[in-house]
Amino acid sequence: MVAQNIFFGIIAAAMVLSAIRVVTTKNVVHAALYLVLVLAGVAAQFILVGAEFTGVTQVLVYIGAVIVLFLFGIMLTRARIGQEMDVDNERRWIAGLTAVLLFAVMTFALVDAFEDTDIEVNAALAPQTTQAVSDSIFRDYLIPFEAVSFLLLAALIGAIVVARRE
Amino acid sequence: MTGSVLAIELAYWQETILRVLGLLAAVLLPAGAIVNLYLFKMMAFMQSRLGPWEAGPAGSLQLVAEVGKWLQKEDLFPAGSDRRVFAWAPIVVVASTFIMYAVVPFGPDAWFADLPTGIYFALAVSSVSVIGILMAGWASANKYSLMGGLRATGQLIAYELPLVLAVLGVVIQAGTLNMQGIIEAQRNGEIFGFGGIGNPYILTQFVGFAIFMIAMQAELTQPPFDMPVAESELVAGYLTEYSGFRFLLFFIGEYATAGAFSAIAAVLFLGGWAVPGIAFDSNVMNVLGPVVMLVKMMLIVFLVMWFRFTYPRFREDQLQIFAWKILIPISLVNIAVTAVLKVAF
Repeated sequence: MVAQNIFFGIIAAAMVLSAIRVVTTKNVVHAALYLVLVLAGVAAQFILVGAEFTGVTQVLVYIGAVIVLFLFGIMLTRARIGQEMDVDNERRWIAGLTAVLLFAVMTFALVDAFEDTDIEVNAALAPQTTQAVSDSIFRDYLIPFEAVSFLLLAALIGAIVVARRE
Repeated sequence: MTGSVLAIELAYWQETILRVLGLLAAVLLPAGAIVNLYLFKMMAFMQSRLGPWEAGPAGSLQLVAEVGKWLQKEDLFPAGSDRRVFAWAPIVVVASTFIMYAVVPFGPDAWFADLPTGIYFALAVSSVSVIGILMAGWASANKYSLMGGLRATGQLIAYELPLVLAVLGVVIQAGTLNMQGIIEAQRNGEIFGFGGIGNPYILTQFVGFAIFMIAMQAELTQPPFDMPVAESELVAGYLTEYSGFRFLLFFIGEYATAGAFSAIAAVLFLGGWAVPGIAFDSNVMNVLGPVVMLVKMMLIVFLVMWFRFTYPRFREDQLQIFAWKILIPISLVNIAVTAVLKVAF
């Protein structure tokens, strides 16, 4: 457990540093690339606690698809090399306040919910987490799952209709 | 924590060193063999020319000469480029290839990482190389490079879907995402009660195999899907500004990824390292397995190269239509049929 704690600390520190660089860097493409590091850190944390399936999904969906679409969009529109002056605006203090409040609420919720419970972390004890994930999605939470996918489909069609404007 | 290879007990660190060395060999040897055998010799044969003939016996040392040439070239950065991103791009591409190989098994104990989600992991990691290509295209500060990077991205996103969907058929039939599990399921399978050759999924999942091969060709940006590096339109796409060692990294990445994808195809459709008649966990397979895998990989790369040297390049719109309107619907039907048959039998 000690080794996992040490690695958790290292990865978490790298994630926090990259997250700060996402909002302080003066280049939009660099911000997206720092976001890759943050999301890779999330995947690494998932794998560290034995949630392998979730970690791999994190890589496939966020790094392999979402960030690639971000970069694709940025490069098709504006992607100057070097420093840009107009990536910041006056509302940053309100944004900072929101971030601090959100952090406080989430920290309180997590500490309040778990207090000092130790989570059993042992990859050998849970070799079939993939099966457990699929069982709970397709048995216990089938209706919420279908509702969410229907909602996403509606949003997708809506986006296409709004974008076409013919 | 000890493991055993060939009945020799090894400490954990010894095993780890062996696995790291094995991974290096598994990435570099097939890549070198592919370039030497197919890119130099077979391409020359198919195009009715001699090919490399001077370096070593029958030109067999040509690759050594090429690598030496790249290593001594200057590491150029174009004026106005983003140096850090430009420098890291080839490393991202090669790293994604190395991590992809990590889940490919070569024998009962000759694996690098035996993950329960093996095949899913490999497909997820293979999509990371897109970021390296976009980085290369953007950081070069060159319109051709950026166009090439954007084309590559559009193509890789489009063909990743049929690739993943084609694999799903195999996963449904084997009932596991684990690579060893998929090999074992094929080895112990039976064709109408006849178990002599197991049940390699190329027989039952032939549609999946065909889709996987086409999507793989596109993922590797080999002709007829080489729009991102089309030399008559884009010079060399995102590779235009690269020289020396960084170009070599991209080059290794290209052919090592060809090896990685064909290794995965060999596991999924050709039964991997297992040989019918020899026990699944027999120690012999730790030596014989890598040889069997290499032969199967080379067979699949042969198919890729055969298509490469035969067909002319697609047009960009044809390429997208082919993925979204033909391959994806077929692979969805394939999944549905496989699932129904799996429940029926």
